[in-house]
Amino acid sequence: MSKSLRAGQMMLARTVAAVVLLISLAACSAAIAAEPDKRLGLGRPATPEEIRAWDIDVRPDGMGLPEGKGNAAKGETVFAAKCAICHGDFAEGLDRWPSLAGGLDTLKTQDPVKTIGSYWPYLSTAYDYIYRAMPYGNAQSLKPNEVYSIIAYILLMNDIIQDDQFELSKTTFTSIRLPNEQNFIEDNRPDTPTLEDGDPCMKDCKPDVEVTMRARVLDVTPQGEDKEAAKGAIE
Amino acid sequence: MSRRNKQSSETDSAATRRQFLKSSIAASGALVAGSSIAHAKADPAIAYVQDWTRYLGDGVNAAPYGKPSEYEKQVVRRNVEWLTASAESSVNFTPLHELDGIITPNGLCFERHHGGVAEVEPDLYRLMINGLVEEPLVFTIDDLKRFPRKNQINFLECAANSGMEWRGAQLNGCQYTHGMVHNVMYTGVPLKILLDQAGLKTNAKWVMAEGGDASGMNRSIPMFKALDDCMIAFKMTGEALRPEQGYPARLVVPGWEGNMWVKWIRRLEVGDEPWHAREETSKYTDLLENGKARRFTWEMDCKSVITNPSPQAPLKHKSGQTVITGLAWSGRGTIKRVDVSLDGGRNWIPARLDGPSLDKSLHRFYYDFDWNGEPLLLQSRAVDSTGQIQPTKTELRNARGYNSIYHNNAIQTWHLKKTGEVENVEVS
Ligand code: HEC
Repeated sequence: MSKSLRAGQMMLARTVAAVVLLISLAACSAAIAAEPDKRLGLGRPATPEEIRAWDIDVRPDGMGLPEGKGNAAKGETVFAAKCAICHGDFAEGLDRWPSLAGGLDTLKTQDPVKTIGSYWPYLSTAYDYIYRAMPYGNAQSLKPNEVYSIIAYILLMNDIIQDDQFELSKTTFTSIRLPNEQNFIEDNRPDTPTLEDGDPCMKDCKPDVEVTMRARVLDVTPQGEDKEAAKGAIE
Repeated sequence: MSRRNKQSSETDSAATRRQFLKSSIAASGALVAGSSIAHAKADPAIAYVQDWTRYLGDGVNAAPYGKPSEYEKQVVRRNVEWLTASAESSVNFTPLHELDGIITPNGLCFERHHGGVAEVEPDLYRLMINGLVEEPLVFTIDDLKRFPRKNQINFLECAANSGMEWRGAQLNGCQYTHGMVHNVMYTGVPLKILLDQAGLKTNAKWVMAEGGDASGMNRSIPMFKALDDCMIAFKMTGEALRPEQGYPARLVVPGWEGNMWVKWIRRLEVGDEPWHAREETSKYTDLLENGKARRFTWEMDCKSVITNPSPQAPLKHKSGQTVITGLAWSGRGTIKRVDVSLDGGRNWIPARLDGPSLDKSLHRFYYDFDWNGEPLLLQSRAVDSTGQIQPTKTELRNARGYNSIYHNNAIQTWHLKKTGEVENVEVS
């Protein structure tokens, strides 16, 4: 449901703080923070086997990638068996199940299609997510070789690699960069007025007020008639 | 004998008794059913002795875990089926228009899952801390309950709350437009104390929280926040977390987007860099008009909405004394003030905040007035303790375009009609 509202002809008018602890260490109330070096003797050490069993995350720098390898030719078979029923034979997405390929050059349009190829900044996210959450309803069941193969297939479907024999492995993984990596920026809110821009207006703030849009026009509220009228996005 | 027992065992005699009551009232001539004079004189709600006044009610243990009145059946979470492909990765909404004060009852807190509700057996619950720590540790739920505890009331808002309204007025009801928020009291262990047990290494800058559910939900949290006011909670408003809210333990990240509040939390990994997990790249990043996308947009902005009247809660009277009420909140602090407009934002009047004003918590506001019965365009506008002013939809769209999905904190307009009905609209 990353598909945005496709509502008939919706008319869219485009229109740390630094705390200085000079004064009162003495005034420290009975805060419950444990003293820095004081362990409370609760819990027990995690064994290396236990950590290996749960430590499934993968980071952009390759941390967490397991041994293994695969290529798109093999990935096509695995994908067809385990993923295509929801994501489509070519990872294009079926019905409202997410598409994993396509969408290039759509991010500035009214209907952006966000996929691994068009939107995701890092390929490691695909490894991390596919192993931990997919196939939907049978999570953490894939073998590393299967995951590498599936990802190679998704890369092929996104035209990010052209060779279905390209071997994706722990070693080659971080050599693949996704096209949209540079388009992520840090949070620069607030980007709307604050009191520094002046107090909010209280009187005669605009000349006249007209209703420009009504929810009833495309009534998609539950109990409404036409549930197909619109697509929403909660993501 | 209670009414319930009577119904099963004495149906006949109860009916007879009621008939007798009616006929004796009629015979007495004091109140004749159907007579307009009699009705004008006495409200039957008063004139008749009601069953609940005459007969004994249920005994103490009829409902060992109490439930709302049977006349409140409509007060439930609701979902919007067409939103998602599957109910296991979906959302339902808090019925804000049915609630008052600031606390959300546990059974009405909206749900958002990515792999359904994990039914974690408490005996098999473990919390692991690993990564850049002196000693990786494992805790059981009983271990967690031996730590010093803390209580705090916080709202949890999904970053996609109001996301369906970015492009225009779409859903008729504040349950749907604003219901991905709830506010409860959490009891738990400050994350700082837990991390201190394992001992942070000097390059520890981030913590990845990971859930034990079928989506393995994972999010990167910067260390400054983890050490500030985050906690691992096991109680909500006094009782154990509900399964759908992460039983037996969840992460609380006050003021920050709900997706980070990892439920069924099983692991905290300490690292020197963020993970860029799927829920902080593919999702929960805010696409702007120019094709760039903001990431790590953690804080929930200053926001408010009128909950009554609203499309699901029309006015039953046609004019006269009227209560407008709503909620305001900010992930950046407390709410300093809320103004209400009756004319679509042309003129504003300060509303009255009532109840506790707590950091990163819902605030309740009221505006009491004499409605002249004419149509109104109702709006509310909040200002938070950092000075952030809730923007208009136009201001927000001018800043971000139409594709951001997340973090829509724009002013909501309700069109109150002469009939008392209310519609979700947008105004110039
Ligand atoms: C039964 C249907 C189903 C199957 C089978 C399935 N998926 Fe998914 N997939 C989903 C759903 C639903 C989501 C979205 C989940 C969410 O948002 O919480 C998803 C999300 C994804 C995403 C993230 C998409 C995005 O844009 O964020 C990827 C990648 C993915 N699946 C890969 C796979 C792979 C690889 C397989 C096969 C091993 C697979 N899926 C099998 C239903 C399925």
